[in-house]
Formats: sequence, structure tokens, C-alpha cells
Amino acid sequence: MNARDDSKGGTVRAGYVRPLDIRNGRIDMGHGAGGRAASQLIEEIFLAAFDNPFLRQGNDGASLAIPQGSRLVMATDAHVISPLFFPGGDIGALSVHGTVNDVAMMGATPLWLSASFILEEGFPLADLKRIVQSMAAAAREAGVAVVTGDTKVVEQGKGDGVFISTTGVGVVPHGIDVSGANARPGDVILLSGTVGDHGVAVLSQRESLEFETTIVSDTAALNGLVADMLAVCPAIRTLRDPTRGGVATTLNEIARQSGVGMLLDEAAIPVKREVDAACELLGLDPLYVANEGKLLAIVPPEHADAVLAAMRAHSHGADAARIGVVQEDAHHFVQMNTRFGGRRVVDWLSGEQLPRIC
Amino acid sequence: MKYIDEFRDGDVARKIADRLATEARGDRQYSFMEFCGGHTHAISRYGVSELLPTNVRMIHGPGCPVCVLPIGRVDMAIKLALEHDVIVCTYGDTMRVPASDSLSLTKAKARGGDIRMVYSAADALTVARDNPERQVVFFAIGFETTTPPTALAILRAQREGLKNFSVLCCHVLTPSAITHILESPEVRQYGTVPIDGFIGPAHVSIVIGAAPYEHFAEEYRKPVVIAGFEPLDVMQAILMLVRQVNDGRAHVENEFTRAVDRDGNLAAQQKVSEVFELRPSFEWRGLGEVPYSALKIRPAFAEFDAERRFDVGYKPVADNKACECGAILRGVKKPTDCKIFGTVCTPENPIGSCMVSSEGACAAHYAYGRFKDIPVKVSA
Repeated sequence: MNARDDSKGGTVRAGYVRPLDIRNGRIDMGHGAGGRAASQLIEEIFLAAFDNPFLRQGNDGASLAIPQGSRLVMATDAHVISPLFFPGGDIGALSVHGTVNDVAMMGATPLWLSASFILEEGFPLADLKRIVQSMAAAAREAGVAVVTGDTKVVEQGKGDGVFISTTGVGVVPHGIDVSGANARPGDVILLSGTVGDHGVAVLSQRESLEFETTIVSDTAALNGLVADMLAVCPAIRTLRDPTRGGVATTLNEIARQSGVGMLLDEAAIPVKREVDAACELLGLDPLYVANEGKLLAIVPPEHADAVLAAMRAHSHGADAARIGVVQEDAHHFVQMNTRFGGRRVVDWLSGEQLPRIC
Repeated sequence: MKYIDEFRDGDVARKIADRLATEARGDRQYSFMEFCGGHTHAISRYGVSELLPTNVRMIHGPGCPVCVLPIGRVDMAIKLALEHDVIVCTYGDTMRVPASDSLSLTKAKARGGDIRMVYSAADALTVARDNPERQVVFFAIGFETTTPPTALAILRAQREGLKNFSVLCCHVLTPSAITHILESPEVRQYGTVPIDGFIGPAHVSIVIGAAPYEHFAEEYRKPVVIAGFEPLDVMQAILMLVRQVNDGRAHVENEFTRAVDRDGNLAAQQKVSEVFELRPSFEWRGLGEVPYSALKIRPAFAEFDAERRFDVGYKPVADNKACECGAILRGVKKPTDCKIFGTVCTPENPIGSCMVSSEGACAAHYAYGRFKDIPVKVSA
């Protein structure tokens, strides 16, 4: 997406006269050929939305100054989602939130993003513009700049409309050490809100599944919430956003990384009634359904109340809850006391979560 | 959730558990088979076994439609997709059932087969309408619960004159399977599987009613309690079975009165008998050939029968030798009795069918209950 593609250099307007026909236009192979059409696409859609000093320099990459004494964090994420637009969001906002959150979950302040687009020939320009504007809005809200990028066009049938890959860079202030390997027996497990909202919102829009729901995706950038949490407790051990695979899979990952077990309290895990009902209908377990605006935090017990209060004071953590404890377990099992009074393993998700037959 | 939470109330569960502890006699063992995979799932997911007295044992029966689907049948669907360029539509769980040549429908899809997961038989019909230039086959599996929707899809296809839709019919019948278990040597002669009673299927009974179980209760002197799939339904059914055993009774009782009556859904039964007839014999995974235990499409609907339309004859394929699915499905062995459970055979790499669906005895025990018995190495 660098502006150097422009035949006249910089971001100065190229030699074309007629602007893109956003309403009726579609991506064609020329938009990926690196010539004038590509330049026009970059300028009128991407630069217009992401405008910032780094992009305006028109270089192949961005030159970034790092604060002294801090550590750099880099995370990358590829986004493929069907449908591209869903209640509460779209692939554009999602591609910013996902990567911003990955950087934030390292205890870092996300600062810069790269964005790479793979567009399918025939994709409507109007949809692309909508997606890119949504990305730009999400980036502004999260306080990050899209500083470099790329676009490619593939032939019709070889893509799924649009794929977006984003890479995020952020810095960790001195004294913060957040990692999936830091959980210790006795630590408290906190969850920032209701589970499964994103997965159910997306599922409700799938072709053959026409159930009505008012559920919207929870997609959101969580760096503000993380900053508030770290402000009251720099000793937070682990942060992780439970995206694909949901809360269950994420906790299993942390249990294995840290070499510990976990015991959850089912009654304490917040689930919206509509999400619970939709999952019941489809034979799915909300603990395994994807989230895009929630985080799990593992904190030393003496700081749990303060962190929970900080979470609840933030708009993205209003429904935060204490859902379990870390315990010693050589097998690294995540177990759960069920609301029913029994106890069971909350296992890794194996393959896709598939609806049961009857 | 109204009508759900009431049946998952922990306080009520403890009260039933107390009653069970009082009423189950200390001088005897109680062994009950839950036929249906839905019950197996509920028992594992909510930790019901932990609330039962130690002398009450639940045996997982063969009532998971995915588990009893033989390899040869999945091979037929894969052949249709890979060799006949057919669009194969099927329910989600079916996608991962192991087949021959280390394949499954999921793996065949990755090799280029046009295999699509659908949520209903009607969705498969929509795929056929949307792709008039392609042949579409609905790989229909399941017990009496999923059979009426398949019948309706065939009737609708006939009414619309669809020329590109057919069904690979693998629907099976519950009563025949229960009879087969009761007639098995392990139960009748050897006594290796003491069965004192059955929890009758929930959804199946909504369709066929309570009457078909009266025969077992009378002839085999085994009490049957039809129960819903919520954990309290299961607990209550176990208490009702214990009471029948204590009283020396063998009746069909209905715990699931909110959905099941004696006659079932007569309209659904009529549609099923209009479209299907009994197969003289059908192979079940783990049980072998079971006479009159499955359905096939009547000659009047031959054009919608994928077995007639395409040249994909059924070839039986033996299970992996190390796999104990057969014995587990008959209640002879527990999942943990199988040498490959949790080591070679895991949900990520199922060798046997019981490890595939969340309703399978092995998958349910692996996912929810294994912390109680053997340490299992978890792989990412």
C-alpha cells in the first residue's frame, strides 16, 4: 500500500482524471498490477482512510522511534471471516481489534499496525471502502496508526472477497512482565465480560442458520482496559483474549504454558441469555465459542479485588467476574465445578465445534 | 433460560441424590443402560455419575447415530464425492467419522470432494435447487428423530420434480438395537453385562411414543423409563428405575411427559412409512449385522435413492483391531478398558467411532470425565 507505487512519486495525485466509481465499481486484476489503477485504489481508498505522517512519506516501510528502556512486542494475525459484515462489526474493525489485542495481551501499548489486503477480482469497491473506513475508525479509537501495508488481487474464485492480514507493534514499559507462562497456583482467574457474543453474532448470519437474535459481536480494542488494569496492578501474571476456541481453549493453553491446573466455577461465568439459548439450540458450548472483545487475566490473589474493580470501571469490563483459581496439577487439567453440583474437565476444543445431530 | 434452568438446578439434584442414597439398597448392585448418546453426553457434561451411589452404575449404550455408522457406509459417501463428482451434504458430527484409507468426510473434502455440512435435510434440498447442474446426495444418518425430516425432503423433491437430489439412507431403528443387546450372549447367558433397566431415548420417543418399549419390559422383565436430556431428567429416571427394581416391577414409565406420550407423533410416523420400508439386515458399527434394524427407500421413490442412482455398492470394512468400540457400544467394556483410549485414540485423531461425536461414550468420557481415572497426555 506504500504510496511510492504512484507513478509521480509521493502521494501526489497521479495522472488519472476520473475518480473511482465507488458505487458500482469492482476490483479487477488491474488493481493488483502495481500500475496506475493500483495507485488510484491506494490513494482513494486506503490513504484517504488511514492518513498519517508515516504513510504520507510514501516509503516502502515505516521508520519507527522506540522509547528508551522499553521492550518491543510484535504480533500478527490473518483475518478470514464469513460473512464479512456481521451484527456489531465487520472484517475491517476485526482486523484492527484482533492485532491490537494480541499486542495488548503482552502488557504492551500498541502503537503501529501494518495492513495487508488480498482482494478477489469482482469485489465491490463500495464494500471495500466501507471495510477500510471501519478499520481506520477502529485504529483511531485504539490510538494506533496504520503505517505500512500492501494490496494484492487474486482471480475470481481464488479468494473469499477480502482477506486482511495485520501486524501490530507496541512497547512494554519497564517493570511489566505479562506472559502465558507466569500463572502460579493460588492466582485468581478474571474474565472481562460475557462469553460467546461474537461467535453467536457471526453464526446467526450464516446462510442456512436463520435464527433471530439481538446479539451483536463484542469486537473491541482492549488496550485501554489493559492499561487501566496494569495501572492498579503491574504484577498481572497473564493476559489473553479468548478468540477462536473460546475461554475453554485459552485457559487450557495457559495451563499448559504455565504447568498448572485450573478450577472454574460455572455459576460465575457470565453468559448472555440469548447466547446461552442459541448455543442450546445448536448443541454448542458457550465456553468454546469465539470472543473478540474479552480478556482473561490471571492475577496474584492479593491484587484480585483491585484489578476486578478497575475492570468493572471500564466500559469493556463492566461485566467482569472472578471465575476460578489456578491450582497445582501435574496433568494441567482445567476443571469446572458445574452449576449442577458435579465436576468435569473443560477440555481443549478438538477440531471444529460441530453441532450435534439431535 | 425458562424450561432449561429448571432442569439443571443443583439443589434439586442434591435432593434426588439424597433420595437415591436412601432408596438404593446397600446389598445389591444396580446397572442401568442409557441407550441414547444424548443421555451419555448429559451424564458426562454435568457430572451426574458423581451424584450417584457407588452401587448404581450407568452403562453407555449404542444410541449415538455417529458411533454406530459402519466404515463401509462412510466410504460410500466419500466415493460419491470423490469419484462421482457429487455434492454430498450431511450433518456436522458425521464429517469426522473415520473411514477407510485414513479418510473421513472432512479429509475427503480437503482432497477436493464437494462435501457440505448442513443443519437439516431441507438445507440439502436447497443445495440441490441452487445447483441444478450437479447431483446432490444427502447422506442421511440417525435414529427415528432425524428420519421424518429426510422423508419430508424426499416427498418435497418428488413434488418439485427435482432430478438432481437423492438420499444415501442410513437411518436406523432404536427398538431393534435394544432387542439385539438384550439377545446378546453377554446379557442373556454370560451375565458379563448385567442390565437391570433402560433409560429410554428422549427425542426418539417423541416420534415413536412409549408403546414400542412395552415389549422389552414384558418379555425381558426390564424396566424402561423414558427421560429427557437434561441432567435432572436423568437423575429422576434413575430414581424411578431403582424404585421399579426394588419393587420387582418391569414397566414402561415416562419421566418425559412434557414431550412424550404413548403413541408418539402419528403424522411423522405416517410420512416415514410412506417413504421408507424395513431393510432385512443392516450392519451397525460395533453390533454387526442386525436384522430389520434400518430403513431403505421404497421402490416408489427409487429415483431419490442414491444407492440405486449411483454405482456405490456397500462393502463391509473391519474396525481397527485395537479398537474396542464394539464392546463399548454393547456395554461390555468401559472406554478406559480400551488400550488405545486417550493415547492413540483421541478426539483429534479418533480411531474408533465412539471417540468422534460428543455423544460417543469415549469422547464424552475423554472430554469431561477422564480426570477421575487415568492421567491422559494432552496434545495441542
